[in-house]
Amino acid sequence: MIGEVATKSSRHRAEGTARVRDEKPWWDTFPWWGVFIAGVLAWMAFQIRTQDDYALAWERIIPGLSLTLVATIEAFAIALLLGLTAGMGQLSRNIVVRNVARTYVEFIRGIPMLPLIFTVALILVPETSDYVNQRLDAWFGVTYKLSFQMRATVTLALIYGAYMAEIFRGGIQSIPPGQSEAGRSLGLTRRQTMRSVVLPQAMRAIIPPLGNDFIAILKDTSLLSVLGVLEITQRGRQFSASTFKFREGYFVVSFIYLCLTLGLSLLLGVLERRMTRDRKGER
Amino acid sequence: MATHPESGTTSMISLRGVSKTFDKTIHAVVDVDLEIAEGEVVVIVGPSGSGKSTVLRCINLLEVPTEGYVTVDGFELLDPKTDIDHVRAEVGMVFQQFNLFPHLTVIENITLAQRKVRGRSRSEAVEVAMGQLTRVGIPEKADAYPRQLSGGQQQRVAIARSLAMDPKVMLFDEPTSALDPEMVKEVLDVMLELAAGGMTMVVVTHEMGFAKAAADRLVFIDEGVIVEIGLPEEVFSNPKHDRTRAFFDKILY
Repeated sequence: MIGEVATKSSRHRAEGTARVRDEKPWWDTFPWWGVFIAGVLAWMAFQIRTQDDYALAWERIIPGLSLTLVATIEAFAIALLLGLTAGMGQLSRNIVVRNVARTYVEFIRGIPMLPLIFTVALILVPETSDYVNQRLDAWFGVTYKLSFQMRATVTLALIYGAYMAEIFRGGIQSIPPGQSEAGRSLGLTRRQTMRSVVLPQAMRAIIPPLGNDFIAILKDTSLLSVLGVLEITQRGRQFSASTFKFREGYFVVSFIYLCLTLGLSLLLGVLERRMTRDRKGER
Repeated sequence: MATHPESGTTSMISLRGVSKTFDKTIHAVVDVDLEIAEGEVVVIVGPSGSGKSTVLRCINLLEVPTEGYVTVDGFELLDPKTDIDHVRAEVGMVFQQFNLFPHLTVIENITLAQRKVRGRSRSEAVEVAMGQLTRVGIPEKADAYPRQLSGGQQQRVAIARSLAMDPKVMLFDEPTSALDPEMVKEVLDVMLELAAGGMTMVVVTHEMGFAKAAADRLVFIDEGVIVEIGLPEEVFSNPKHDRTRAFFDKILY
């Protein structure tokens, strides 16, 4: 559209005049926001490096980083499996599978995260684990104990699995039916067509929102703190509560999250650009 | 196997009393009987929305008929015991919109089903694919992506992709309707050659030139019903039915 307008107007102009788009100065499109954020982060890092209270907060809080990252990756991996299963389940020919998948998605999406974490960790797991352990002990001679961290991680995965189910379903449905018709007419089975024809194309539509979910999960691991899991937020809370240095505690907590999320969205941007570049190459 | 009514030979494709109703009220195809012999080229014409594509899609069960029987190469398609994937591997289909796989190169498009369905090795599949690409005249495009090709080239790749499966039947669903005019001929030439080579073909098209040149029989369908069927020249020049005459008056000049 823009290109069209520019061409038309340039045709009407006297020769030698630059086109409208080219007249925009460099500072009009420069990512000033990026400079601003980089500046803020640098200032925050400087505070932490130079001021003793901030440095102390940093020392106390940063050990939670590995827990946060592990919980993020575990929750994301489980959610990915759940999402793919439930997303394809909703498109299944089998009426039971379809309805189970749909129920899961609607049910989970309708409950806020915090109450759901409490429900799973404090009610569902304790009430079922006795029974399950009895069976496991009888059949395999083993028992298990789900840590609070694992309970919360699984709950996060359950929730994001439901969101991802919608992403997968949407991605699969965005592929024109002619594609699977072509696959099926060549004699490929339903499964082969899904695997070799539909899913690879759907991934283009699926990867960017999945990346956003990864960042969202990272932030939501802060909810693990309500179960006393010693990740970043919980350590920040403990530091602040024991020293009354709330400003320093939450300053450091925010700084760590910002570094992680901004870094990840930069990575995602690169990934998306690479994907669109591949697409152009195909033209 | 069903018996061909005229020649007495066995039919490759047999439709008996086939009807297709969408949403319980839209009668796309009504009680169609059609026997097609091995090596025969049948062209189906008719106004848009007449159900001609639906008839074609019933032959490889992309549409499941609401009533009737469809037999292909001796397999009763609506019999639950029939492995439809097995039959589809023997029935190539070419679509109006080409439907090449955009994430795969030309050679990958043509080798995918060969390897997964026919169980051929990579080298064997590539060899067959290159043979078919040469046949349709664009072996140099093997490593291109579909988007880098013109419409005519894409459609020829789609034909090569189907032919690489060594099908017994080829179905064409308006293969030239989405093409720019200057690309129609290159696709029709491939189809003419295929017809001359003895392939059993069912072609839905508006290209009357192709029908005259290649069709053994012409089928005129309107409102889901076979109105007229016969030799192309006869149907063109001496249509027995008013609806057929009205249709050809509009499209032939």
